[in-house]
Amino acid sequence: MSEEKIKSLEKQFEDRILRDEKIEPKDWMPEKYRQTHIRQISQHAHSEIVGMLPEGNWITRAPSLRRKVALLAKVQDEAGHGLYLYSACETLGISREELYEQLHTGKAKYSSIFNYPTITWADMGAIGWLVDGAAIINQVPLCNTSYGPYARAMVRVCKEESFHQRQGYEIMMTLAKGTPEQKDMAQDALNRWWWPSLMMFGPTDAESVHTAQSMKWKLKRKTNDELRQQFIDQTVPQAELIGLTIPDPDLKWNEERQSYDFGEIDWDEFWQVVKGHGPMNKERMNARVSAWENGAWVRDAAIAYAEKQKEYKSKQAI
Amino acid sequence: MKNKDLYNYILGIADNTLILGQRLGELCGHGPSLETDIACTNISLDLLGQTRSYFQYAAKLKGEDATEDTIAFLRTERQYVNVLLVEQPNIDFAHTIGKQFLFDVYHYLLLEKLQHSKDVNLSAIAHKSIKEVSYHQRFSSDWVKRLGDGTDESKTRMQDAINDLWRYTDELFHTTASDEAMIAQGIGVDVKELKTSYYERVSAILDLAKLDIPESKWFQEGGKKGIHTEHMGYILSDMQYMQRTYPNMTW
Repeated sequence: MSEEKIKSLEKQFEDRILRDEKIEPKDWMPEKYRQTHIRQISQHAHSEIVGMLPEGNWITRAPSLRRKVALLAKVQDEAGHGLYLYSACETLGISREELYEQLHTGKAKYSSIFNYPTITWADMGAIGWLVDGAAIINQVPLCNTSYGPYARAMVRVCKEESFHQRQGYEIMMTLAKGTPEQKDMAQDALNRWWWPSLMMFGPTDAESVHTAQSMKWKLKRKTNDELRQQFIDQTVPQAELIGLTIPDPDLKWNEERQSYDFGEIDWDEFWQVVKGHGPMNKERMNARVSAWENGAWVRDAAIAYAEKQKEYKSKQAI
Repeated sequence: MKNKDLYNYILGIADNTLILGQRLGELCGHGPSLETDIACTNISLDLLGQTRSYFQYAAKLKGEDATEDTIAFLRTERQYVNVLLVEQPNIDFAHTIGKQFLFDVYHYLLLEKLQHSKDVNLSAIAHKSIKEVSYHQRFSSDWVKRLGDGTDESKTRMQDAINDLWRYTDELFHTTASDEAMIAQGIGVDVKELKTSYYERVSAILDLAKLDIPESKWFQEGGKKGIHTEHMGYILSDMQYMQRTYPNMTW
């Protein structure tokens, strides 16, 4: 294809996005658009799958049957999100096996928040309330992103995430109005999950390398700092309502900005975890890799069986 | 308690679904593929949902301060009356599937009859649950066939699992004194009568899966009397951890 032809295709492509038209799998798209989407959608899918582990950790120990069933259903939803996000990603010409390979070799990233341990039951509340709460703020704009399959997957994901967020908050509320021990458990979980949740919005705008391009393609509608501020403004009153304290001595309502000012995020910790040295990076990856490796014989068997059945049927047909 | 036999009878059914659901819950996030992970979680959810219906009914019968949770979490090991089969560990996917399959075939036959129980609550729970269990049975039977007639490795593993678990199947057809009392009143199912169909159905699937039907006539029992395998204590220490550590709280 001539350079001129490519330029004109690119122009048409950018115009379609400007007109808010959806890009579909069979449409022409710039290679960089394809790669960026593979990176982001797979990172999102991986986060869902790795995200099953910290919560899965409490299924066998949930404190009541009702909570056990709700937690199972939640983790199952996450597996479902992973499934349709991987499918959306596959429409860009990459297989699920390749995507897993990227995850297992560390080439692909997933949300760093899942590299923190879940050490008490209250962590199930904190994750739902804060982590899913932050995820929704990040994800709602994606329901209108330019790539059709991703946008459609996100509509469903967001509906379920918002249910999870309410469920998490309800766990926290129950603890907060429980015994002093339960309230301490809730406060301790908030203390541990607050800052990592703020880090979920990524580096500050000044440090963020992908923002400009992503805004153009509507993969992002607001900057990291704007989204983080929105999360804080939304969450602080929720904490106050149930009598929990945000662990930030610098947190203060700013009348002029009509927003909360907040303390400095520990970016050294952020980069340490991103680079693979968080408290649970190694364990999370080991769990994924061993599930995959231990399952190889099962997947091989399923393929062998399907082939035998096909052969058997074609013999019958003759 | 006035309805002691009925209460015990319900526990005899619901402890099975509780412990099998608990065991399946261990696997969530660790399955061989995303699809099997979702399916196993789904089965676990069904079983625990059924457990809640049974225990809510049992709690009413028991009265006092009993709830579904006190029944599920606050008994001692000797008071759980699930069969030994359901407490067996998930050694590999073949064992998970084998255990599920050997239970599902029984579970379906049981619910088929329980739908006609003279107790309207039990009959209603059975009626609702059988739709779910029909899916469980299809899922586990399909996997027994896939693994049995897949690769050499999967065949060996599936056969090993069936051989290991076979000794726990006979107990499914034992009855306790409470069971007998409930059978006499037309409330309980006489599981002894299910035995022939059970082994016929199981053998038919094993045949299709090109697996051998174990010939051993040595069986294990005890669960129904509260005498469990050594695995049970560990299941309970996980399951009861919160309720035991933080007694009398609302979650």
